[in-house]
Amino acid sequence: MLNQSPFQFKNRLFYALIAAGGLVVLMGMYAMHMMEQHGHIVTGMNNQIVWGIPHVFAIFLIVAASGVLNVSSIGSVFNKPAYKARAPLAGLLSIAMLAGGLAVLMLDLGRPDRIIVAATNYNLTSVFAWNVLLYSGMFAAVAVYLWTMMEKRMKPWSKPAGLVVFAWRFILTTGTGLIFAFLVARQAYGSALLPPMFIIISFAWGLAVFHIVQSAIYEWNNKTLDEYVQKRMRNLMGVFVIAALYFVVAYHMTNLYFARQAEFEHFILSSGGIYPILFWVGYGVLGNLLPLLLIYLPGLGSTRHVILASVLIILGGFALLYVLVIGGQAFPLSIFPGFEVNSSFGDGEIGLYQPSILEFLLGLGGVGIAFLITAVGIRVLDFVPHEIQKMQRNSE
Amino acid sequence: MSETNVQRRQFLKSSVGAAAVMIAPGMLLFDMANGKTEAVSSKVRWGMLIDTANCADGCDDCVTACNKENGLSGGLSPTDSQWIRKVELKDKHSGRELSLPMMCQHCENPPCVDVCPTGSSFKRADGIVLVDKHLCIGCRYCMMACPYKARSFVHEPLHDQVPDVPRGKGTVESCTMCVHRVDNGQQPACAEACPNKSILFGNLNDPDSDISRKIRSVASTEIRADLGLNTGIRYQGL
Repeated sequence: MLNQSPFQFKNRLFYALIAAGGLVVLMGMYAMHMMEQHGHIVTGMNNQIVWGIPHVFAIFLIVAASGVLNVSSIGSVFNKPAYKARAPLAGLLSIAMLAGGLAVLMLDLGRPDRIIVAATNYNLTSVFAWNVLLYSGMFAAVAVYLWTMMEKRMKPWSKPAGLVVFAWRFILTTGTGLIFAFLVARQAYGSALLPPMFIIISFAWGLAVFHIVQSAIYEWNNKTLDEYVQKRMRNLMGVFVIAALYFVVAYHMTNLYFARQAEFEHFILSSGGIYPILFWVGYGVLGNLLPLLLIYLPGLGSTRHVILASVLIILGGFALLYVLVIGGQAFPLSIFPGFEVNSSFGDGEIGLYQPSILEFLLGLGGVGIAFLITAVGIRVLDFVPHEIQKMQRNSE
Repeated sequence: MSETNVQRRQFLKSSVGAAAVMIAPGMLLFDMANGKTEAVSSKVRWGMLIDTANCADGCDDCVTACNKENGLSGGLSPTDSQWIRKVELKDKHSGRELSLPMMCQHCENPPCVDVCPTGSSFKRADGIVLVDKHLCIGCRYCMMACPYKARSFVHEPLHDQVPDVPRGKGTVESCTMCVHRVDNGQQPACAEACPNKSILFGNLNDPDSDISRKIRSVASTEIRADLGLNTGIRYQGL
């Protein structure tokens, strides 16, 4: 009997966590209901800042959903056994975050009831319409991939399925980056650098989410992560963070070089109030400097440090997205270059945005959906990574 | 004639009368609702030439007329719809000041139409860019894409709509060039309301139209011509 009590405790804890996740989802649904009932007037979004906090959450979840699959790709496409053991968990996380992100995106629509219209009317010149296909195709591709990994008879198909997923997520994240890259008139966007930047960023965010979930699972099962695997994954995350930073720096450097972009860069990097703070402190220090120190500084780099680094990378990611998505809209459109502009519609003015609590509830609802799918998935199916034998590992 | 026959005749007469009374309004309404049967043609391209020299500083008659015609509240908060607005400009270097009305520029290559996922944003054959309120899902991507900040999102439930101008909470809207008036052979409300006749409306494809003649004889520009969108609205004296 005594032996059973920790088990019972965990059982209760599991249901408590599910209930907490459910509550977060419920609050998200409440936010959706309010927006549906009263219109977007109950949010902080307006005619200048048309995309707000829900989009920051949705984009983070969708980008991370694509990036987390890196773990699977390294396993099945590049044949690294340490990652192969983790591929199913990565697949589950991908589906979970994609579902959460898409839910937020759809429930923020002015007319979420017209989802069938979006599914049946495609304007082929719209990258949004491509994404409807890319996102739904991603679910199918990852589901098939999971099946080939978890069903013994399908094992031979695991590699081709992994290849399809590998290619698909590259195209998917490109599509997400193109949403902004295709915007010709806004100074923050309209750059071909954005799709590759989103891809690299997705690697870092995806791995950060993976680290947190993996650590939680190991803690839950009283397992310790193999030192060798921990070190490899930790270093890989560091490399991804540096690569993402490289793209962000290149993006701002090119902007700084063009005189017509100088004012915009000045706004984002120095004079724009909340935006430079989020960029330098949020993304620069919390999202890059501290995680890299935690990963690479001699004496640091333990599992606990890596978890902290992962949390910081995620926070930095949110800060970067806030600056890109909302800062990019707050800076006024250059409709009359060379003129000082003034109007009743905010021309020439910095757009004001004060997100309402409902927007956060909706965004967190998406995170709640991702949490519930992950928690239930791990509970009912075999997603816990099975460590590989030392012999196999040495052959890597 | 027997009593029965008279009754039968009277019954038939009143039946036909009643049927006519019941069907006629329906037929009439059907005909009205059906509107014109001929489709708009790309032989026409509607456009405007706005003379900024005549556009008086502080005058917003065009804005008032637009709001009245289209049933807009006229509110100026960041969440209110503004289909047309007066913009005051001051040259940063020379200090020259001017004032002009700004609205949907009805581009030949409209970015809003390119990005719209459902095809709700569309361009009519005669060049007028519109939003199909039945297809708009309220994603606001067109608002992100428009270089002219011409579009508004309906943030609140609407009341007292104008029958000719359907709008809807949760959808995006913008200047329709008063398509309901244009299709009836009238001018857009803003052009008609301008006290200085600064807004010249007409068919850009007809070389003999007033607007085409004037564009041939005076210098006019498109806003953000560098984007290559070929706008239907042109400005003189900018």
